[in-house]
Amino acid sequence: MEQIEFDYPAATRRITRKAHVGVVGSGDMEVLMEPTQDEGAHVSITTSVDGFQDSWKAVFDRFFSKFDGAVRIQINDAGATPGSVLLRLEQAVEVINQ
Amino acid sequence: MSQANLIPEFVRRQSFIELDGRRRAQSLFDEGTWRELVGPFNRMESPWLPLQGIAPQADDGCIVIKGKIDGMTAVAIALEGGFQGGSIGEISGAKMTAALDLAAKDSQAGKRTAAVLLLETGGVRLQEANLGLAAVAEVISSVLALRPHAPVITLIAGTVGCFGGMSLAAGVSSYVVMTREARLGLNGPEVIEQESGTDEFDASDRALIWAIHGGEQRVGMGLADTLIEDDVEKIKETIRGYVHADLRPEYRSQQVELYRARIAALDTSEQIDPRSLRQKWSNGTKGELR
Repeated sequence: MEQIEFDYPAATRRITRKAHVGVVGSGDMEVLMEPTQDEGAHVSITTSVDGFQDSWKAVFDRFFSKFDGAVRIQINDAGATPGSVLLRLEQAVEVINQ
Repeated sequence: MSQANLIPEFVRRQSFIELDGRRRAQSLFDEGTWRELVGPFNRMESPWLPLQGIAPQADDGCIVIKGKIDGMTAVAIALEGGFQGGSIGEISGAKMTAALDLAAKDSQAGKRTAAVLLLETGGVRLQEANLGLAAVAEVISSVLALRPHAPVITLIAGTVGCFGGMSLAAGVSSYVVMTREARLGLNGPEVIEQESGTDEFDASDRALIWAIHGGEQRVGMGLADTLIEDDVEKIKETIRGYVHADLRPEYRSQQVELYRARIAALDTSEQIDPRSLRQKWSNGTKGELR
């Protein structure tokens, strides 16, 4: 198991809603996305698969190239592929934009 | 009905099994009446899983929702089968017990609060060992405390099924509702095979497994009350009926003599097959809605 943290200081748009999507089942993960009062966004990942820090970084760099909300994101991961990760994040954004 | 008419109905139906635990529980309630208690943002995670290198889940795989079902106060407790096989650990067990105890307290005070248990579980979470076993004991005792005051309805939809310690919780509940896809049993097929060999039970033989553990057989034997299609509306309708149902004068788990006599009467000199057992055991307990 590995803990990974990222900061995205440029994401400063205020968010009001929170979202919880996904299940920590094989090949899947859960996302908890909620507003933060801090400047910028913070990502905190707990994954049961070690050694993929660079892949996580690439997925979040891409995600925050389009998304600018000041959110705290917590992820519990049971081996989701990068594609699934991005889909779960987009699903969470859909919920907070509702 | 001709096949041409059946197909559109099948396509239109909304599958219950395809929903995750949270959406299953939500789907049972009257719109706008429910709220989740101790949800994922309360972050009641298992402290034991990360110590063993396993990612936890923010709700520990147990979803508690309170609201109204057909106007009656009810609490639904769902185990998420996708997370660690729906296993019951310290936190998920404590959530379940606390919800049942609060329902019992309200019911005793004159505000009848039914409980719906959505069990998709392999039983005790092995990583939490004795804490999981203790949780099962607490859940059973809480079900027993609630059932004289309000119905405790177990719904097993599939596809995980309900096994191990939690099958005991199903066994002591007031009513058990199953789909054809669901399974209910104390020991799961793989456990039996591992302990007694493939001659005893072939865990790769799906037809055999469903013939013994499946919803149709369990209802046929009188060990569950209603067989229901995998359809959100139909399941909702059935649960509504049971939430209003009268309390039972006697529960299956109290019919010790009946079941002892039935087991004693079985002829074990030859292989008992599921169909003949169903014929022998089918009785007044097999349920229609009341």
